[in-house]
Amino acid sequence: MNKLKRNVELLQGNEACVKGAILSGVRFFAGYPITPSSEIAEGMARLLPQIGGKFVQMEDEIASIAAVIGASIAGFKSLTATSGPGFSLKQENLGFAIISEIPCVIVNAQRGGPSTGLPTKPSQGDMMQARWGTHGDHSIIALAPSTVNEVLTLTIKAVNFSEKYRTPVILLLDEVIAHMREKVEIPAPEEVEVINRKKPTVPPEEYFPFKPDQNGIPPMANFGEGYRYHITGLIHNQKGLPTSNPQEIDSFIRRINNKIQENVKDIIIYEKYFLDDAKIALIACGSVARAAERTVKLAREEGLKVGLLKLLTIWPFPSEEVNRLAQQVDLIIVPEMNLGQMVLEVERASRGNCEVVSYSRVDGELINPIEILGKIQEEIKK
Amino acid sequence: MKTVINNYIREEMFPNIWCPGCGNGIVLGAIIRAIDDLKWDKNKIAMISGIGCSSRITGYVDFCTMNTTHGRALPFATGIKMANPNMKVVVVMGDGDCSAIGGNHFIHAARRNIDLTAIIINNMIYGMTGGQYSPLTPTKKFGTTAPYGNIDQSFDLVKLAKAAGASYVARGTVYHVRQLTSLIKKALNKKGFSVVEIISDCPISYGKMNKMRTVVDMLKWIKDMSVSKKAWEDLSPEEKKEKFVIGEFLDIDRPDYTELYSKVMEEAQKMGVSR
Repeated sequence: MNKLKRNVELLQGNEACVKGAILSGVRFFAGYPITPSSEIAEGMARLLPQIGGKFVQMEDEIASIAAVIGASIAGFKSLTATSGPGFSLKQENLGFAIISEIPCVIVNAQRGGPSTGLPTKPSQGDMMQARWGTHGDHSIIALAPSTVNEVLTLTIKAVNFSEKYRTPVILLLDEVIAHMREKVEIPAPEEVEVINRKKPTVPPEEYFPFKPDQNGIPPMANFGEGYRYHITGLIHNQKGLPTSNPQEIDSFIRRINNKIQENVKDIIIYEKYFLDDAKIALIACGSVARAAERTVKLAREEGLKVGLLKLLTIWPFPSEEVNRLAQQVDLIIVPEMNLGQMVLEVERASRGNCEVVSYSRVDGELINPIEILGKIQEEIKK
Repeated sequence: MKTVINNYIREEMFPNIWCPGCGNGIVLGAIIRAIDDLKWDKNKIAMISGIGCSSRITGYVDFCTMNTTHGRALPFATGIKMANPNMKVVVVMGDGDCSAIGGNHFIHAARRNIDLTAIIINNMIYGMTGGQYSPLTPTKKFGTTAPYGNIDQSFDLVKLAKAAGASYVARGTVYHVRQLTSLIKKALNKKGFSVVEIISDCPISYGKMNKMRTVVDMLKWIKDMSVSKKAWEDLSPEEKKEKFVIGEFLDIDRPDYTELYSKVMEEAQKMGVSR
């Protein structure tokens, strides 16, 4: 292990995202300037051409995700980065990537909204947009790091999940995580687990581009490799051709949802702090999870049995884990930089097994540990 | 009867969804004949489309095909071409698809001069949604959303493409099929962003609103309204307004985007990680 070339660097969240993307094999980036994600585009513009990758600044956010999907079908692992207003614009082609099962990663460094909102302030206002922003029934994977180191590791995870499940993956940063600097240990390339899309093993004339393997995921031939087939945003059959057959429609829609829902064990990542004996649990993600971790320490000093469930995977939502927690504790508090989005999922998953309360802040300021502690004390007094 | 066309289509997809008399089939034939003349490897051709009647064309041809979102075919194609410059990338769009919702992508693809061929089937109407006017519907003509006559000034796609930076720009019609095939062939072969606008007929949606209810009426109208560049110059300003000028309008050489980017890569690799 000592021989592995690891570097320790002081990195900004956005820079760590660039490093993680490159380590996981991303070789194409298309984007459009937007605060607070622009450093990702800048890093990609500088680094990608040095290693045989390609960068293009497109005319808008819509074109950026379109180019990313195009590059992916031509064989390049691809990523784009944006923030709220751009994430809204990307929803159309996010849906296209979902229905056509083309891997790609969309980074959303969340800022206050709606609309132009608060370009330089953090927010978690896009949790539900990440889940339901594009129209129609679909499943989605969204990850949310809370440290710069996690930005690196979860970017790698995001790229790997997109390749493994043939689906777009959303990486939800927030302005603070995107811009803060922390020590990051950059893994050596040979110790990074890199997952590549599964290629067809049959000859072209036997290839059904949307016929699932035993895991529900069709092997994917890149354009230009000798497999000629059709990709469409219309509901399609296993050959990729449009269909209006109710049975084919039903099985297609269910499959592209199930391929994610049936693999939640692989996809869901979380961390537990002091939950073993906890009677009060905090559930948080992103920069709020940092404050919540500190709150747990402060509460324990006061003798309060408080713990934290830090969510790194937001979608699919870790319902089972939350349900188990709800059976153990008396109270779950969900601090969020929005008016209460994730708390809705926590309420649903808790199934009335414990009390669930929201603590929200939408003034563009971070939630601090003391105020979460205050909320705990207030709830205890009730 | 099997023809060269059969070597390039997905026969299982036929009959197609286009209405009887639609010009899209004529364009499909012309594209296939042009590609056949060029003897391109089918495995290396990506044909990309957006949304609309014309965009269904990608379902019918035996290439690497992608029917994307409305107006967005060009940026999808840009990603494909960037990732794999060895692919021959052809984009087929309708008039609304290319010049309304996709207008921004069109001018920027031209500005980059990325090596793609953009074929715009201009039937001057939104056909699939039932006949609403498009940015290419001529002034005073009718659509379901212009029941009192269109007051908009239409785009001249040829001028737009030239001004935005394309390398090759031509206009043909579905009436002048031989000329059309040769214009498409030249565009396909051109390095850089090449554009062929094709004046086409939609008897169902455009014709019925504009007193040309039959295919023959529509094709006659296209024939009568089309003039060569030379004949155009002799027309009065009033006469010019209603005519379609056909032929080649631009054929220049300038470096395409993938070529320029490969120089960026060389430069970046020379400078190395120090930057």
